[in-house]
Amino acid sequence: MNKIKQYFKTHSYNIATYGIVIIAYVVMQYLSNADMLSRSVNGYLVPICAYIVLAVSLNLVVGISGELSLGHAGFMGVGAFAGIVTAACLQGVVDSDFGRLMAALLVGGVVAGIAGVIVGVPVLRLRGDYLAIVTLAFGEILKNIIGNLYIGKDETGIRVALSQAELHLGAGGKVILSGALGATGVQKLSTFFAGFLLILFTLFVVLNLINSKEGRAIKAVRDNRIAAESVGINVTAFRMKAFVVSAFLAGMAGALYGLNYSAVSASKFGFNTSIDILVFVVLGGMGNILGSVISATVLYVLPEAMRGLADYRMILYAVVLILVMLFTWSPKVKEIMSVVTAKLGGIFKKKEVGTNE
Amino acid sequence: MGFLQYLINGISIGSVYAIIALGYTMVYGIAKMLNFAHGDVIMVGAYMSFCVTNYLGLPAVVGILVAMVVCTVLGIIIEGLAYKPLRGASSLAVLITAIGVSYFLQNAAQLIWGSAPKNFTSIVTFAPIKLFGGQLTITGEVIITILASVVIMVALTLFTGKTRMGKAMRAVSEDRAAAQLMGINVNQTISMTFAIGSALAAIAGVLLCSTVPTLQPTTGSMPGIRAFTAAVFGGIGSIPGAMLGGILLGIIETMTKAYLSTQFSDAIVFLVLIVVLLVKPAGLMGKVVQEKV
Amino acid sequence: MKKLFALLMAALMVVTMFAGCGSAETPATDAAGGEAPATDAAPTAGTIKIGSSGPLTNDYAVYGKAVEYGLTLAFEEINALGGLQFELRVEDDEADAEMAVNAYNTLMDWGMQIMAGPTTSGSAAAAAAECAADGVFMLTPSASDAAVITAGDNVFQICFTDPNQGVGSADFISSHNLATKVGVIYDSSNPYSVGIYTKFMEQAAVVGLEVVAEEAFTADNKADLSTQVTKCQEAGCDLVFLPIYAAEAAQVLTCADKIDYNPAFFGCDGLDGILATEGFDPALAEGVMLLTPFDASSSDPQTQEFVANYTAKFGLEPNQFAADAYDVAYAIYQACTAAGVTADMSAEEICETMIAQFTSMSFDGLTGDGMTWAADGAVSKLPMAVKIENGVYVGVE
Repeated sequence: MNKIKQYFKTHSYNIATYGIVIIAYVVMQYLSNADMLSRSVNGYLVPICAYIVLAVSLNLVVGISGELSLGHAGFMGVGAFAGIVTAACLQGVVDSDFGRLMAALLVGGVVAGIAGVIVGVPVLRLRGDYLAIVTLAFGEILKNIIGNLYIGKDETGIRVALSQAELHLGAGGKVILSGALGATGVQKLSTFFAGFLLILFTLFVVLNLINSKEGRAIKAVRDNRIAAESVGINVTAFRMKAFVVSAFLAGMAGALYGLNYSAVSASKFGFNTSIDILVFVVLGGMGNILGSVISATVLYVLPEAMRGLADYRMILYAVVLILVMLFTWSPKVKEIMSVVTAKLGGIFKKKEVGTNE
Repeated sequence: MGFLQYLINGISIGSVYAIIALGYTMVYGIAKMLNFAHGDVIMVGAYMSFCVTNYLGLPAVVGILVAMVVCTVLGIIIEGLAYKPLRGASSLAVLITAIGVSYFLQNAAQLIWGSAPKNFTSIVTFAPIKLFGGQLTITGEVIITILASVVIMVALTLFTGKTRMGKAMRAVSEDRAAAQLMGINVNQTISMTFAIGSALAAIAGVLLCSTVPTLQPTTGSMPGIRAFTAAVFGGIGSIPGAMLGGILLGIIETMTKAYLSTQFSDAIVFLVLIVVLLVKPAGLMGKVVQEKV
Repeated sequence: MKKLFALLMAALMVVTMFAGCGSAETPATDAAGGEAPATDAAPTAGTIKIGSSGPLTNDYAVYGKAVEYGLTLAFEEINALGGLQFELRVEDDEADAEMAVNAYNTLMDWGMQIMAGPTTSGSAAAAAAECAADGVFMLTPSASDAAVITAGDNVFQICFTDPNQGVGSADFISSHNLATKVGVIYDSSNPYSVGIYTKFMEQAAVVGLEVVAEEAFTADNKADLSTQVTKCQEAGCDLVFLPIYAAEAAQVLTCADKIDYNPAFFGCDGLDGILATEGFDPALAEGVMLLTPFDASSSDPQTQEFVANYTAKFGLEPNQFAADAYDVAYAIYQACTAAGVTADMSAEEICETMIAQFTSMSFDGLTGDGMTWAADGAVSKLPMAVKIENGVYVGVE
């Protein structure tokens, strides 16, 4: 009995995270089935799942490893297009939509993971802002290449070229990815359920990695590298692992995202999207996984809910963003809040004592 | 002749990057924050200059001065409202706030000046210099931009090296807590840094738009990111490094377009940058600081 | 502290979720006022709801805004006629497919019956698939990529398709013997530009145009186009083809002027608006030729009235995006009147009648006379070639 209690005590944070995600899924799925959600809210469900996975996976790099990455959207883009190509190729081979989606997610994740290895080897030799700029550079390189890539499918197989003219598709061939326009006519396979499964998978992977021996080592290095090294922690391998896992998950999220729209273009996966994901992470709290889940959801819905403001929508969003940052991060506000919570806590405690008597 | 013309083109855009990078590196070196709103302050400076010269019909010099005053005030206000309260918080938190400020400035500019691009009238009025019987052209903008960036670089180096305020800045940059113990007003010093950085942004805005005439609310963001790249390339925090990084980035970009590929120039430029950073992990002129325990 | 914050955020999340639902269910009361300047009068029961989307913020806002203004002006005029009444709502889609779907869903919640958008091709490709699936009639003013109308039978364009312009430009240059060596400067990150460029190259090979320089730029590095211009000069191009937008074209013209390079310049409809750019010296554009469906300086009385009203209302000169949008509104009006569409019909019913109307009717607008539509949704109208002389368009035969 005590052991179970102990387990719940040490894992309460993880249990709360899973619990909130599962409850949110059940509630939203119920509302959706009962036709109580508007079209727009229904439309947010899958992208929110994708952004949650992106935020949690980036948190692994930024919050846990303590490395500023500005190219996360690049991995998302790689995963998205790998997933779209996979799904298009499996059309007619695998009948089940869900099966094709799962295959697309897997391939998207693996390809992005490979990109993660290629990027990670040089990147992780650097530190701080130099690491940030190199991830930014990789993100831009990936965007530039995908934006000029043409992929088509005909009887002979898949063809890849750098311009429409070089594609030389045979009769009955179909262009899957067309340069700057990106992929159009994509069959939409993503479902809220698949998104939910992906979030659970991501949480499972990330939370386990954080709580593993390696995860604790990574955090030790983040907090004080010199101290950690002095006690013999060598973390290059661990950092690499976190980086690649993060890229893998981002690729899966990208595939989920890409297969949710009938048109996806490379320009989406640039610096601005990387920054958006970073905002989710920082606002939710560094290393705080549940925080990432919640802030990704809120910050996705917020500008949509502000559509009524017309021309003032984005400017007010910017103001809200600044204010929220000031409110949650300012040392002064934190001080005031801690005093307030301590006092409030005191009141509750007294009351509790009172009722017990 | 082609090669020389490309070289001049590269130096031209490179010196614009250099001026923007000087502002970036200045703020980074002292306040230790990536001010992603810097590019948008540049845009505001260009709009101010545009308004003064096109709507009020005043000479370009007045335009630049007004832009500098407005940007300086704007920089101090931004710093005071958005960055100062986060002093002591994680540098990432300040980064996100800077992004918020950047969104704010872009959207405010769109509300004020509209989304339609404006064509900036160059402040340089003298004719381009023609060499080799007109085969090689050096425009007035190139000369002015290079002169301005050299002057600014020298002035900044002297300022941080010789003056009281400059020395205070360096002290704050080295060790904020120790500087405070020595009686330096850290907050005031950082505000001063932002004021100088923003005034530089105004000059950069005017010169950027003289070289590249399109002016719209997003004008500053991409050159801003390029210049940030240049600053890191040269060794962020180093004033001559920013200058060197900017000009080299401009030349690499132009040469890539000229001799390799215009289609993949972004990818190639960034690849070169990555290779350089792997060979010299602190940038071209950055100091490798050994962390002490 | 962290827990408190998490709780706070969770509460916020719930509130925003329900705010989203709430506003969706009671659309007429809140957002419509701000979003739909077309309906100054209180919306009555008998209005047909027209939705549109476009980039109202970010880089391409100028085009989204032009479409919004063109639609607004047209529907105000139509409503003033007293017949069928329309209500317009334009949503921001940031020229992004994801946001376009969000905008579309918001419009559907509002009760949209006809889609008069989106503005850009990427957004339109995503929204077109939604329209096709839901059976909502879609007529885009300016999304010119050929892939847009392949989404379904109910997706129509009022602008030329990009391939048409590419082929048309190559034919025109070759048949008028405008060039011996051609250079192309295009935006490889923009589908509109790439679409025209690709077809232009194919047709150039067919008609025997010698293309000696193909120079690209991207949205990320368009700050400096001088190298591309110098390369065209080095290659000895006597004509530079510019399938790009006005802002970048102005840069190209400025760069060429600085290095004393004076080839002929030939552009497409994206170039329209270059003369109206504030601060632009029209002397730089002297002699530039372009294919455009619309000429703001035309003596046509209908065009003059449109330009006068538009300038008075919005304080800037209309470009072809605004003119196309204006035509979209009147084409929809003409079809609705002819088919006897009423406001109480469902979107699917309207869609059926509109498809029948559009494939059989002929429409005269600002951007062309006698426009007809094929069953696949493409418009047939002739591109008009003009040359800029003394700051105005002059027709070229």
